[in-house]
Amino acid sequence: MTVSDPRHDTTERLTPRAEPAAATALERTWRDPPGVYGWFAAINHKTISIRFIVTTMLFFLAGGVLALLIRLQLAQPNAGIIGPDMYNQIFTMHGSTMMFLFAVPIMQAVAAYLIPLMVGARTLAFPRLNAYAYWIFTMGGIMLYAAFFVNAGPDAGWFAYVPLSGPQYSPGKRVDFWAQMITFTELSGLMEAIVIITTILKLRAPGMSLNRMRLYVWAMLVTSFMVLFALPAVMLASTALITDRLVDTQFYNPDKGGDALLWQHLFWFFGHPEVYLIFIPPLGFISSIVAAFARRPVVGYPAMILALVTTAFLAFGLWVHHMFATNLPDLGKTFFTAASLIIAVPTAVQIFCWIATLGSGRIHFKTPLLFVLAFFFILVMGGLTGLMLASVSLDTQLHDSFFVVAHLHYVLMGGAVFPLFGAFYFWFPKFTGRMLGERLGRWNFWLFFIGFNVTFFPMHLLGLWGMPRRVYTYPAEMGWGDMNLVASIGAAMIGLSVLLFLVNVARSLRAGRVAGPDPWGAGTLEWSVASPPPMGNFEVIPVVHGRYPLWQPQLEPTHVEGMSNDWREVLVTTVADAEPDHRLSMPSPSIWPFLSALATTVLFIGSIFTPWAVVWAAAPVAVTATLWFWPRRAIVRERVRSEVRP
Amino acid sequence: MEHARVPGVTSMQDALRAAGAQAGHIGDLWNGTLALCTFVFVAIVVATIIAVWCAPRADAATRPDTSSLDGPEHRIWCRIGWATGTSVAGLLVLLAGDVFTSRALARLPLRDAVNIELVGHQWWWEARYLDADASREFTTANELTIPVGRPVIVTLRADDVIHSLWVPNLGGKKDLIPGRTATLQLRADRAGTYRGQCAEFCGLEHALMALLVHAVPTSDYEAWAANQRGNARDPADAAARRGRDVFLGASCAKCHAVAGTPAQGRMGPDLTHLASRRTIAAGIFPNNRGHLAGWIADPQALKPGVNMPANTLPPDDLQALLTYLETLR
Repeated sequence: MTVSDPRHDTTERLTPRAEPAAATALERTWRDPPGVYGWFAAINHKTISIRFIVTTMLFFLAGGVLALLIRLQLAQPNAGIIGPDMYNQIFTMHGSTMMFLFAVPIMQAVAAYLIPLMVGARTLAFPRLNAYAYWIFTMGGIMLYAAFFVNAGPDAGWFAYVPLSGPQYSPGKRVDFWAQMITFTELSGLMEAIVIITTILKLRAPGMSLNRMRLYVWAMLVTSFMVLFALPAVMLASTALITDRLVDTQFYNPDKGGDALLWQHLFWFFGHPEVYLIFIPPLGFISSIVAAFARRPVVGYPAMILALVTTAFLAFGLWVHHMFATNLPDLGKTFFTAASLIIAVPTAVQIFCWIATLGSGRIHFKTPLLFVLAFFFILVMGGLTGLMLASVSLDTQLHDSFFVVAHLHYVLMGGAVFPLFGAFYFWFPKFTGRMLGERLGRWNFWLFFIGFNVTFFPMHLLGLWGMPRRVYTYPAEMGWGDMNLVASIGAAMIGLSVLLFLVNVARSLRAGRVAGPDPWGAGTLEWSVASPPPMGNFEVIPVVHGRYPLWQPQLEPTHVEGMSNDWREVLVTTVADAEPDHRLSMPSPSIWPFLSALATTVLFIGSIFTPWAVVWAAAPVAVTATLWFWPRRAIVRERVRSEVRP
Repeated sequence: MEHARVPGVTSMQDALRAAGAQAGHIGDLWNGTLALCTFVFVAIVVATIIAVWCAPRADAATRPDTSSLDGPEHRIWCRIGWATGTSVAGLLVLLAGDVFTSRALARLPLRDAVNIELVGHQWWWEARYLDADASREFTTANELTIPVGRPVIVTLRADDVIHSLWVPNLGGKKDLIPGRTATLQLRADRAGTYRGQCAEFCGLEHALMALLVHAVPTSDYEAWAANQRGNARDPADAAARRGRDVFLGASCAKCHAVAGTPAQGRMGPDLTHLASRRTIAAGIFPNNRGHLAGWIADPQALKPGVNMPANTLPPDDLQALLTYLETLR
C-alpha cells in the first residue's frame, strides 16, 4: 500500500468539505425542530428511517417471540401449552408480523436511510410523505397488536384464505383487524416505494448515470417498482374481503356467484412477488458487502443488473405454484412450473458473480462477510427446495407440509435475515458512528447459523413424513416428536443469538469503537461523509465519475457549487445521465403528516366497526391533508428571495 | 388430551414409503430431483469454500483492485453465458422429469374404478360410495375402504371452507374447494391402513382432521361394501332398544343419520355402521366404549372447537346409548 497515492489516502480521498460556517448553516437548515413538537414534526430521512428500523425490529422481536411459542407448543406431541384458538392466532400473527410488519418495511426503512447517502442527495424526495408513511405503518402495526392482546388477534392464517376468513366462518372482528391492517401497512409500503423511486431517478448526484449506480440502489429501484405492481393486488383483495364482511358484498362467496379461488389468485399475485420484495434488497446488501470485503468491484456489473430486472419480471409469472393443489388445468400448471424453475437462473448468475468476486479478490474477513457466506449456503439450499416445489407432482406431496415451512424459512431467513444482519454489522458504524463488537458478532453469527439449521433442516424430513403445517398438535404415534424437539432446541439457539445481537448493539452504542467515516475502506459514496452523517448528508454535493468514487481518482469538477445552505434545496438531475437539471426547494418539518396519519388511522379503525366511518372520518383526513399542503407565506417569501438571489 | 394409539395402521403418513401407483411415480421423481439438487448444492458450496480459502487475506487498508473498472471485464459475457446455459440445462432436466411424471400420474388406468365422493366438513370427512345403481350407494365417514390394485376416483367437494385431502403413502394432495369439484385418482398396490390428514388450514381443529384409508383385497372390499349398503339392524336386546330410543329422543338424530330409522340428520357423520369403524372424531381416537362415552358427554374436552354439542344424559341412558351404538356394525 502506498500512502502517497491520493486514491488510497483515507483523509484525502473524501469529497471536499465546506467552510465551517457553511457547514453550521447547513446543519441548522436540515435539522428537525427541537422538543416534543419536533419529535412529531421530524421529516429528516435519517431520523424517520432510524425510527422505522427500530419499529420494524421491535416487530421482528415480537414475531420471534411468537415463533418461540409455536416451537414450545410443537416440541412434543399432545402438548397442552397453547390451545388451538390461541395457537391459530399466534401462527397467524407470526406470519403477518414477519411478512407485513418486518420483512418488507425494514428493507424500505434501511433504504430510506441509505439511498440518499448512496446517490449523493441531501434528502429523500417527498420527505413529508416518508414521515406519513412511517406513522401509518406504526399505527397499523400497533392496531394489530392491540387487537391481539385483547383476544381479537386474527386467526385465519397470514394468507387468510376465504371462505374461512369470510363472514360466515370467522365471525367477530378478528379478520377485520387483519384485513384493515394489511391495507393500511401496504399503503405505507406503496408510499415508500414512490419516495424511493423518485429519489433514485431524480435526486442522484451529477455524474451518477444509471450505469454508475451501485447494485444496491439498482436493487431498491427494481424492488420499488415491484412494490407498485404487487401491493395493490393484496390491498384490493383485503378491501374486497372487508366489504364482504362489513357490507355484505359477495366477492368470495360461491353460493352467491363469488369465487373462493379469486382470493388465492389475488393474494398470491402479491404473495409471490412479495418474496422477491424481501429478497432483492438483500442482493444489494450482498453486492455492497462482497465488494468492500473482497476489496474489488463486483464481477459482472451489467449481468447483475440484468439478473435483478429479470428476477423482477419473472416474479410476477409464478404465483400459481402456490395453487398446484387447487385443480387448475394441467397445461397451465406446466407453464408455471417452467416459470418457477427459470427464475433460478438470474439468482444463479448473481451467486456465480459473487463467488468469482470473492475468488479474484483479497479478502478482509469480518462478521458481515460471514453472514454473506451463510447466505450462500442457506439460500442455495432454499432455492433448490424451491425447485422441488415448482414441480407440480412433487408439490402435491410437499405443499402445505412442514417441507414448505422449511423451504420458506431457508429462502426468507437465508435470503433476507442473514444478509440483513450482515448489513447491520456493515452499516451500523455509518448509522451510529460506532463499530459493533466483532467478538460478540462472531458468537451472534455462529449461534444463529447453527441454530437456524438445527431448527429448519429437520422440518424437511417432517414434511416428507407427512406433517402438515398449521397444526397445533399431533398424536405421539405419528413419530414426529423427536424432530420437532430438535427444531425447538434450534429455535432457542436463534433466540439466544438475537439476544446477543441486542447486547452487542447496546454495548456498542455506549462504548463501541469509534468508526470514523470509512471503517471498512469501502469505495462508495455513503462512506465519504462523517459517521453518523450530518443532517444535510453532504456538506457539498459531490460530482461522481465512477461506480466506486472513493476508489477511483477524483476528476474535475469534484462538487457542485452554489447550492443554498440556508434553504432546503436539492439539485434535481436527469433520469438516465444525471445531468444537473434544476434546483428545487424541499418542504420543511411539519406536524401535519403525523396528524394526517392519526386521522387516517381513525378512519381505518372506525371502518372495522361501521362503513360510515369511511364517510365521517374522511373529513379530518381531508382537513389535515389540506393543512399539510398549505403553503406558508413566510416560506413563499423565502423561496422568492432565494430565487432572486444572485 | 393424550391421543391413544389407533391400532393396525400400516403407515403414518410417509411420502417416501409409497404403497400405491401415484405415490410411486412421485417418489421416483423425488429421488431424481434430490440427486440433482444435492449435486448442485455441493458444487456451489465447494466453489464458495475454494474461492474464500484460496483468495489472499487483506484488511480495510488494503488497496482495492479497481482494474476491472478500467475497461470491459475479460470474457465476462462468455462466462456468464456458460453459467446460464448450464443452469438452464439442469432446469430442463427437472422440467422434463416433472412433465413425464405428470403424464404418468394422469394416465392411471381407470377401468373398473371405484367411485367415491368425499366431502370435507369442519372437521370430518363424509364419504359417499357412488354406483350406477343409486340404490347401491352408501355413506360413511372418516374412513375409506378401498380394494387393492383397483383404481379409485375420489370426487372432492367441500361443504364449508377449503380442505385438502392428503394420504401421503398413496399420492399427492388435492384441495376440496366450496363451489368446485375436483377429482383425485389413487391406486393402492399393497394392502394396509394408511393415515391421511387435511392439509389446508380449515379452522380451529384443522390439526385433528385425519382419515384412515384401508386398502383390502377385492373380496374383502366387496363383503365390506355389501354390509355397508344394508340398513342398521334392529337391536336385538332390550338395552340396545332402549339405547335406540335414547338416540332418537335426544338431540342425536337432529345431526346424525342411521339408515333404517327415522334419524336422517346430515350435519354430522352418518352412524349407520359406526361400530365397523376403527376410529371416532375423524381418525383421532380408537373407536371403543370409553372414547364414545367421553365423546358424547363432552366432545370439547377431546377435540376443542368441534361442532358437536355436549350431551348430558342420565348414566343409564348413556350406557344404553353406547350399547346401541355398538350394535351398529
